[in-house]
Amino acid sequence: MNLKKESSKQKKVTKDSEMWELRLYVAGQTPNSMRAFANLKKICEEHLKGKYTIEVIDLMKNPQLAAGDQILAIPTLVRKLPEPLKKIIGDLSNTERVLVGLDIRSKSST
Amino acid sequence: MSSKRKSVAFEQIFPKVPSGIRGLDEITFGGLPKGRPTLITGGAGSGKTLMSMEFLIRGSIDYNEPGVFMAFEETAEELAQNVASLGFDLKELIAQKKIIVDYVRVERSEIEETGEYDLEGLFVRLNHSIDTIGAKRVVLDTIESLFAGLGNESILRAELRRLFRWLKDKGVSAIITAERGEATLTRYGLEEYVSDCVIVLDHRVQNQISTRRLRIVKYRGSVHGTNEYPFLIDEKGISIMPITSLKLNYPISTQRVTSGIARLDTMLEGKGFYQGSTILVSGTAGTGKTSISASFASATCQKSERCLYFAFEESPNQIIRNMKSIGIDLEPWTRKGLLKFHAVRSTFYGLETHLVQMQKLIDDFKPTAVIVDPITNLINAGDQNDVKSMLTRLIDYLKSKQITALFTNLTHLASLEQTESEVSSIMDTWILLRDIELGGERNRGIYILKSRGMAHSNQIREFLITGKGVDIIDVYTGPAGVLTGSARFAQETKDRAAEASRKEEVEKLKRDLERKRKLMEAQVIALHAEFTAKEEEVKQLINQEERREETIAKSRKEIGRMRKEDKE
Repeated sequence: MNLKKESSKQKKVTKDSEMWELRLYVAGQTPNSMRAFANLKKICEEHLKGKYTIEVIDLMKNPQLAAGDQILAIPTLVRKLPEPLKKIIGDLSNTERVLVGLDIRSKSST
Repeated sequence: MSSKRKSVAFEQIFPKVPSGIRGLDEITFGGLPKGRPTLITGGAGSGKTLMSMEFLIRGSIDYNEPGVFMAFEETAEELAQNVASLGFDLKELIAQKKIIVDYVRVERSEIEETGEYDLEGLFVRLNHSIDTIGAKRVVLDTIESLFAGLGNESILRAELRRLFRWLKDKGVSAIITAERGEATLTRYGLEEYVSDCVIVLDHRVQNQISTRRLRIVKYRGSVHGTNEYPFLIDEKGISIMPITSLKLNYPISTQRVTSGIARLDTMLEGKGFYQGSTILVSGTAGTGKTSISASFASATCQKSERCLYFAFEESPNQIIRNMKSIGIDLEPWTRKGLLKFHAVRSTFYGLETHLVQMQKLIDDFKPTAVIVDPITNLINAGDQNDVKSMLTRLIDYLKSKQITALFTNLTHLASLEQTESEVSSIMDTWILLRDIELGGERNRGIYILKSRGMAHSNQIREFLITGKGVDIIDVYTGPAGVLTGSARFAQETKDRAAEASRKEEVEKLKRDLERKRKLMEAQVIALHAEFTAKEEEVKQLINQEERREETIAKSRKEIGRMRKEDKE
């Protein structure tokens, strides 16, 4: 529950042309999911401050949403925007790979 | 007996759920394990997806068990198209909420992995689908795609183990499909996790003809057929035809049917074949096998019964024309719809397709007689064992339907009393047609090698094909041996001449006797006349003598009177 609140708070903050719309799929508050959310928050704050939204979807509550983004693994981070769609699965503990996966590394270097 | 008892016991321990797939429930003695997963493995194009889809569709239609199809390879649209060719309307079933198709797309290039994860998302989706329609059946086709899409194999294996456990706990009857591995049953060793029931599908090409086969490798806690069973995919879905599915307990008829040839009936106790029996007519080329078949077909139609004629050698028109030339007109029967030809080259399909094709036609047409002319050609479509097993199944099927079946078989001189596919043992009546070569002439002989359940004739008869149909006549048996054809005719003429001259001789003797008698009688009359004449003469003489004596006595008295004799 408190994951969700935070995400909605974040949403209002962002107003930028290069907006990052991120979705984190979890299934209940498992250690993996909690860790993933914490890691994601940290990375976003560090690299995308002020231009990102994180929406956390709990499949335990909304199982019908799993099919839409083709979710299999939990946790899964989906980058809805900018295009193209990207998926990162796991607890996002390897920051380097998350940055590569989200194409942040290349962007921040240029 | 004991196996029956055992299966009942198993039934109680491990309940089964009927698959609804033709033949599969027979070889599994009731269906797939209820509430447990079944693994179907096979190469590409072996029919895994269709079989599992039919399991779901039949379940939802015939057994009121909704199903969830989790597709890892094809979209719902593609699946609907694929099964439409089997006559199933998947979209309609989806609309009626009887089936849910959930397409799971796993694209490795889109997925980055960092750290720990599990497949809870898959569980959530599956669970949601199952609960939405109250599914009792689940198909995962082909879950192995996950191995290609996700990198962490140890997580995957742990999660699959959990998934199969979860499916069991959920109590759904599931089918999991997998690709066949090179040395193992599945490429990723899924058989380790799904061990209740493992079915292997196979698609083999032999002599350019493909045959699909199915084998139950394992069925824990159940007896099952262990053979490789050929199966077919056609417009009615999948049908597996277990060779031993039909037990030898079909009803038996004591009714007789005519063969269409009066003398042949005579040879068969004067009554013909048994209804529902199988007749093999074998002979070398040109001995009249098709003529006998046509006679039988015609006789069947004459009784207003239907006859189905499988022609593997000639086209229907050719058979009709040829038979017309010997006085058997089949055309009216085909026009009336009593006689149906099914002509197809034997090499056109594999044996199994033939079998199912035939079975389907028989189902639709409901004939009382079936003719297969010739079965020899089917041998081209498969090897000996296949042909035998196929024919056995066909015959079993025909017998269970009480259909009289006549098969023709082309033999060669060397193996006259041996059928090529060794089918004679499963035939009830075996009629052998053979050439009898004598005096520079070839004639047809017919005899009954065997006919179960009747005192059939053991004589060789001559078989004539005339402009008025087929006829069987006695061969000449006499001091000169057994003769047929013109030799028989010549011998018969000779015999007739001899008989005529013998008759003349007797007549002559009779006439002689008559003349002698007449002569004798004339002599008797003459003697009689002579005697009468003599008698007259003698009587006259006697008379004269008497009269003279009288006169003498008279004159003596006169003289005495005149001499005045003393009177006493």
